[in-house]
Amino acid sequence: MSMTLLFTILTLCLIGIFAAIILYIIAQKFKVEEDPRIDAVEEVLPSANCGACGYPGCRAFAEACIKADSLEGLFCVPGGNECMAQVAHLLGHEAVAQDPKIAVVRCNGTVENRAHVTQYDGVKTCAICAQTYSGETACAYGCLGLGDCETVCPFDAIHIDVKTQLPVVDEDKCTACGKCVTACPKQIIELRKRGPKGRRVWISCINHDKGGAARKACQAACIGCGKCVKECPFDAIVLENNLAYIDFEKCKLCRKCVAVCPTGAIHEIHFPPRPVKSQETTGGPSTAVSEG
Amino acid sequence: MALSPHEYSGQSISKLMYAVVISLLPAMAVGIYVFGWAALSVTVTAVVSCVIFEYVLQAFVLKRRITALDGSAVITGILLAFNVPSNLPFGLIVIGSFVAIVVAKMSFGGLGNNIFNPALVGRVFLLTSFPVQMTTWPKPFAVDGVTAATPLGIMKEGVAAGSPVSDLMQQVPSYLDLFLGKTGGCIGEVSAAALLIGFAFLLWRKVVTWHTPVAMLVGVGMFSGILWMIDPSRFANPVFHLLSGGVMLGALYMATDYVTSPMTPRGMMIFGGAIGILSVLIRSFGAYPEGVSFAILIMNAFVPLIDKFCKPRRFGE
Amino acid sequence: MTQHTMKSFPMGGIHPQDHKLSADQAITSLPVTETVSVFFSQHIGAPATPLIKPGDQVKTGQLIAESAGFISANIHSPVTGTVVKFEEVMDASGYKKTAAVIKVADDEWEDGIDLTPDLKTDIPADPDLIRQKVQKAGIVGLGGATFPTHVKLGVPSGKAAEVLLVNGVECEPYLTADHRLMLEKGREILVGIRIALAALGLKKAIIGIENNKPDAIKYLQSLLTGEDPISIQALKVRYPQGGERQLVKALTGREIPPPPRGLPIDVGAVVLNVATCKAIYDAVQKNKPLIERVITVTGCSIQKPSNFLARIGVPIQSLIDAAGGLPEQTGKVISGGPMMGKSLASLDCPVTKGTGGIVVFDAEVARRQDMMDCIRCGKCVSVCPLGLEPYLLAALVERNMLDRAEAEKITNCCECACCTYTCPSSRSLLDYIRLGKTAVLKAMRERQQK
Repeated sequence: MSMTLLFTILTLCLIGIFAAIILYIIAQKFKVEEDPRIDAVEEVLPSANCGACGYPGCRAFAEACIKADSLEGLFCVPGGNECMAQVAHLLGHEAVAQDPKIAVVRCNGTVENRAHVTQYDGVKTCAICAQTYSGETACAYGCLGLGDCETVCPFDAIHIDVKTQLPVVDEDKCTACGKCVTACPKQIIELRKRGPKGRRVWISCINHDKGGAARKACQAACIGCGKCVKECPFDAIVLENNLAYIDFEKCKLCRKCVAVCPTGAIHEIHFPPRPVKSQETTGGPSTAVSEG
Repeated sequence: MALSPHEYSGQSISKLMYAVVISLLPAMAVGIYVFGWAALSVTVTAVVSCVIFEYVLQAFVLKRRITALDGSAVITGILLAFNVPSNLPFGLIVIGSFVAIVVAKMSFGGLGNNIFNPALVGRVFLLTSFPVQMTTWPKPFAVDGVTAATPLGIMKEGVAAGSPVSDLMQQVPSYLDLFLGKTGGCIGEVSAAALLIGFAFLLWRKVVTWHTPVAMLVGVGMFSGILWMIDPSRFANPVFHLLSGGVMLGALYMATDYVTSPMTPRGMMIFGGAIGILSVLIRSFGAYPEGVSFAILIMNAFVPLIDKFCKPRRFGE
Repeated sequence: MTQHTMKSFPMGGIHPQDHKLSADQAITSLPVTETVSVFFSQHIGAPATPLIKPGDQVKTGQLIAESAGFISANIHSPVTGTVVKFEEVMDASGYKKTAAVIKVADDEWEDGIDLTPDLKTDIPADPDLIRQKVQKAGIVGLGGATFPTHVKLGVPSGKAAEVLLVNGVECEPYLTADHRLMLEKGREILVGIRIALAALGLKKAIIGIENNKPDAIKYLQSLLTGEDPISIQALKVRYPQGGERQLVKALTGREIPPPPRGLPIDVGAVVLNVATCKAIYDAVQKNKPLIERVITVTGCSIQKPSNFLARIGVPIQSLIDAAGGLPEQTGKVISGGPMMGKSLASLDCPVTKGTGGIVVFDAEVARRQDMMDCIRCGKCVSVCPLGLEPYLLAALVERNMLDRAEAEKITNCCECACCTYTCPSSRSLLDYIRLGKTAVLKAMRERQQK
């Protein structure tokens, strides 16, 4: 009995060793010679395989970096400046840097601000709701609240708030990869500069209807009155098609526009609270969104 | 607000499943008539344990929507019971239900996602793990404890021992008895007549189509016919094969399971025909006297391949 | 002559309940409301260019917007009054479009339009003249597709037309507008068909009518003689017999190649709806532009299911009011039929050239059930009239596997909804398939441009 056992174990071990040797020989014989730098570069990348760089996966981006003469035009968005500096160091190229960006949701049509006039009964995804009609509210441009952005985010950085039914971006996790931007059928989400200390100002509305119709549909809508355009000392705001837009390259974060907006459609974030001036009339709810 | 259509046929999973349950009642009745109340208690145990396992898994383990009473677990329980002898110990039935529901169905993702027929996986598990209990059939119409071999058992052992088929045919019940169910075997497989009545009901209610069963019966008939013509002393005739064992139950209820069968008529016929041939092959040349369960499980694995190659004709091309 | 053997299409199809509640209701004219909203795009193709501006006075039948391109159509004023403004109005698609809002004053028709009811049977012989008159009148396909008819009456070079097929099928449940039109304006329809035959240079026309309208079949048959180029073919009652592909197959035995390439003309057929034929008659014989159409207003809880002759631009609310008002438990109002129609977001939505019916559903009936997992029953495959596999297409789109969806011919889908109607798991198959179709067609277009 024990002889059989011994013999069996021995035979199996020998078969195992034999197979291992064959595999090793074949692996060596058919080995693909790769530049070892590809592995090194891939190591420093975030391994999210999100596609924001424009390449199909982190390894493909690493290969592209090795092949290229300079890192011009090659940027790993989730990795950011730190990561690209490391890649540049490894390959002996000039470091490229970009202003870090973040996804910004340009809609403040919360359940309170924007009344629902119909009930959507179809499949609960934004893509299918958008192909059905313009949405449960009277604003044809606003957020549908069904969470396609949340589903597609590889970093778990955007979630639909249950109370407001709008997406909220987690500033720590968002890498500005851009997947939510393409997923949103209304093109509500935009990648904007994070700004110094995370401070930024933006118009949280993309409604192009005339002021009266826009305001009727949503209390927080941009009515295209143009006060912000006049107020901005840096010409950073343009008014087109009943909607104002702040160019984040030109914006100097002075917040004068936020104060004059009559509907509170202009939002600011991470600024210290304003000192309260007794005579100043802000003309309406000026929405200051503080930390988080 | 939603896109069209705005009207629906009113069909639902529950309606389809419970129609199948109703269609199995004639076979249940014959099972009780032939094997006594044990048949009913085995079936009820199987049904209750299947439903409980599915409920517990969905409510507490997977924490998903609970569909334990949609009828599919009930059918799995009934069909599992129909595939075992009526003297099977209750513990084994519960084990079989566990394997059928938890391993073969829920671990794949629940209804619609399993590859293999859950009732058959349960039965085959029991057969291979507890061969003695699963192959000791009670004698039909007998008092407690008396067991006897089934027609297929007689055939298998007899041929192996060298007796010619013609002799063995004297020892098995007549064709009429086989058809009506006055024979030994698993609870639900004995009566071709009762199964056919139930199946007619399913066809009328448009729950299933004729393709898979007809193809399987043709497969069984033709292949066994060929073998019989080659050597009638070694191989039984087609009528015997069609009426004995699990061919009828398999053709009408097990192979027609929605989830594990092909989606197009052409695919269904290939599927059914192959099961028929495999069943006869295993019966005639394999180690087991009955081959239908294995044949169906083997072909279940081929269904994705069949679906890939058997696409409907595209209009206009 | 009527062909006595009934024909049908070879695969798929369903048998929803007929619900032809308004089949016995004669067409009645609906009074106009105080204002009407007329869209500048009520047809396939480029929106028409407005010829009016706010403040202008218009007369009934006056051209107010001009065809803007080869595939486009004219728009005429359905009322007499003053143009108040141009407004973004919600239409049946669920999105807002530009419409001219006209305040109604009177009903003074443009000069040259013949309003007498007598039948004019002498038709012009010149095909170009016919097409010109049809284009001038802004006639578009009234079966719902709203394709400009003058384009359809001209055979493109390289193709040949052999037969004119007239769609009198009306396979959608609830709708009876075409049925009533055939019974009440049968003679006019036949003259319209003869005009179309003249425009196309054809000698043969077949009217397909489903067998649930035996009175229409009998009546039209009685108007035809043995030597008529027009014949009638009874068709089995099966949805979607009225679909182009199924109709051409049933009446000629030929199968149109799949979209986006295939059109009826590719198999020598031209298909027109019976209402379009009546509109052609009005345009050519009476110089009457398309400013009104027959609309069925119906639903199980509607007090008076009716067929109304309504002017373009009146709000849907007025149609429902005339049918006894909106029932209390209403959950959905559909423009079109229950299988392919669109839910309306608002009852202020105006009637357009494409509105064929309004169906009102109770809240309980209208609600969608929760989607369960696919149980692989294969029923969707067996009912698809185009030989597709809806369960597979929907699953591929859900997983964004669009290249495989293209290989599985998702673009062939005609959106008849037989699959979603049948599915026992209440899966919204067609919603996903539509999403996939749009994405695949977009990718195909981009590929072509490269």
